[in-house]
Amino acid sequence: MEVFLQTLVAGILKGGLYGLIGIGMTLIMGVMGIINLAHGQLMMVGMYITFVCFHYLGIDPYFALLVSMPALFLLGVAIQKYTLNPLIEVESILPENQVLMTVGIGMVLTEVARFIFSSDYKSVQTSYSSSSFFIGEISFSLALTIAFFIAVAFTLFMFWFLLRTDLGRSIRATAQDKDAALLMGVNAQRITILTFGIGSALVAAAGTLLMPIYYLFPDIGGPFTRKAFVITILGGLGSTVGAIFGGLTLGLAEAFGATYIGMAFDDMIGLVIFILVLIFLPSGFKRITKV
Amino acid sequence: MKRFAPFLLLVILILFPLLVRDDYHQHLMILVLMWVVIGAGWNVIAGYTGQVSFGDAAFFGTGAYTAGLFATKLGISPWWAMAAGGVAAMAVAFPFGWICFRLRGAYFALATLALNEVMRHIATIWEDLTGGMVGILIIQTFVSKVPYYYIALALAVAAVIGVQAVMGSKWGYYFVSIREDQDAAESLGIDTHLYKMISLNIAAFLTGMAGSLYMNYMGFIDPEVVFSLHDISIMAILVGIVGGVGTVYGPVVGAFIMVAVHEFFRTGFFGFFKGLAALTGSQAITTLAKYVMQAHVLGFGILVVVVILVLPNGIVGDWKKITGWLPLGGGRRSAA
Repeated sequence: MEVFLQTLVAGILKGGLYGLIGIGMTLIMGVMGIINLAHGQLMMVGMYITFVCFHYLGIDPYFALLVSMPALFLLGVAIQKYTLNPLIEVESILPENQVLMTVGIGMVLTEVARFIFSSDYKSVQTSYSSSSFFIGEISFSLALTIAFFIAVAFTLFMFWFLLRTDLGRSIRATAQDKDAALLMGVNAQRITILTFGIGSALVAAAGTLLMPIYYLFPDIGGPFTRKAFVITILGGLGSTVGAIFGGLTLGLAEAFGATYIGMAFDDMIGLVIFILVLIFLPSGFKRITKV
Repeated sequence: MKRFAPFLLLVILILFPLLVRDDYHQHLMILVLMWVVIGAGWNVIAGYTGQVSFGDAAFFGTGAYTAGLFATKLGISPWWAMAAGGVAAMAVAFPFGWICFRLRGAYFALATLALNEVMRHIATIWEDLTGGMVGILIIQTFVSKVPYYYIALALAVAAVIGVQAVMGSKWGYYFVSIREDQDAAESLGIDTHLYKMISLNIAAFLTGMAGSLYMNYMGFIDPEVVFSLHDISIMAILVGIVGGVGTVYGPVVGAFIMVAVHEFFRTGFFGFFKGLAALTGSQAITTLAKYVMQAHVLGFGILVVVVILVLPNGIVGDWKKITGWLPLGGGRRSAA
């Protein structure tokens, strides 16, 4: 029972961060109708920024959020503006050109990181990295708990932003019907640029929050891109609420898989869930939550 | 002239090992021919049918492992696995397509990516069968490269002719109609699921055969090599899009260019940097050369970005655009 509860806690804490990753992906997905295959790689860039901030400038990872998020916002804006948007005008046979483009961008980001930082594993060792506290018999990793609450705060903020602000409404309008949004005077091109920026900033936040408890190397992007994809599929494509559920589900599944099946199957579990969802629940949790 | 170009190319390719005798260039040409086969397969499913696959390595690796297991577990000559590898790849493609063709566009592309990863994990974890990370080592049949060259050439020619034949048949028109508008195709009574399955299985068969050839030729495989996302799956996409999406000879051009680019980086611009470092004795250039030699994935990434932006239909597909840039050909063409 104790092991079970412990696993449950670990899964939920991790799931909060996964939710943050998934929201960024699902926003981009909703507005542009494409899957961003550079999502994990953007996270990797955010993590390296955190690493540099901590290692060379002595900035605590949580304050490094103030650096990594704006930096990734600008990077996302630049990617969307100069590489993805021009593709809309380019005539081509393959409709998935934008997706292929994100793959190319992901490769470039990974290799540039390898150039600068080499393939070595890096980590940020803070004073609280390995400290934990207990509630009853269950231990909570301090860093992961803080990360979870910051992630929840960001998620709530995103909901407020999407539901209550003009910009948020424009984003949702563009996601629902681009042509109609254009007719209502929404500058759809600007919205796509901003959305990619916001999505990148969110995933950077997730990366930065993971940094005190995780390790870092250039190829870390790929697994996280796949996780983000599994989360968005689980949640139902383009659904923000679904992304949170998807994140929690993946976090829990990974935690339970690692405890009860074996660590070697860590990556497999997400993929197996992915295939099961495709077979039994093709529209994801969207079908249940209706949001 | 244009009509005879393929025959001319074929004659040159047949004579190639007689004219160029060193192993290194023959090796490169064998790789080019292998990539022609894989590129042709990718082109069928992605270029013609419009279902972009990021998981060619799953089929390639299955073919390679089939050949390897034939030799190590069954004691049968791995050459039999040339056909068996293709069939084994189809055995992977069939259930996968059955489930995942309910996805469209980018989601299907991601499912193929997942397939790639699943296959690599299986090959890594199932140590009793595959040897895990240790891989499989077999003794090659021939010492000389020439037999491999002609086998690869035969396979490549068969692949190109086969794809051309399929695309000229009714199937080919169905494939293209699915790419252009799946709903319209469905409403005209085309069983889109069935034809997407056929297209995927053709692609898997060709890619699996190329995998078996790789095993026979290289004599060594491990999961990281044959199920590699960057070196196989992405390379297959690059061969397809650089050469020309949805063109018969696109993969031929693409394979040649991509193997050349790969070698270009691997050898440090064909030894240019090494020579420069030796000439100047500069430590900085030696370091730079080391980086350049590791940069082939970066080169691929940049190539993806540039090709998609500038030549979205590849060299064969956008040939008119390229000749338009040239000062001579462009003027005449637009005048005519």
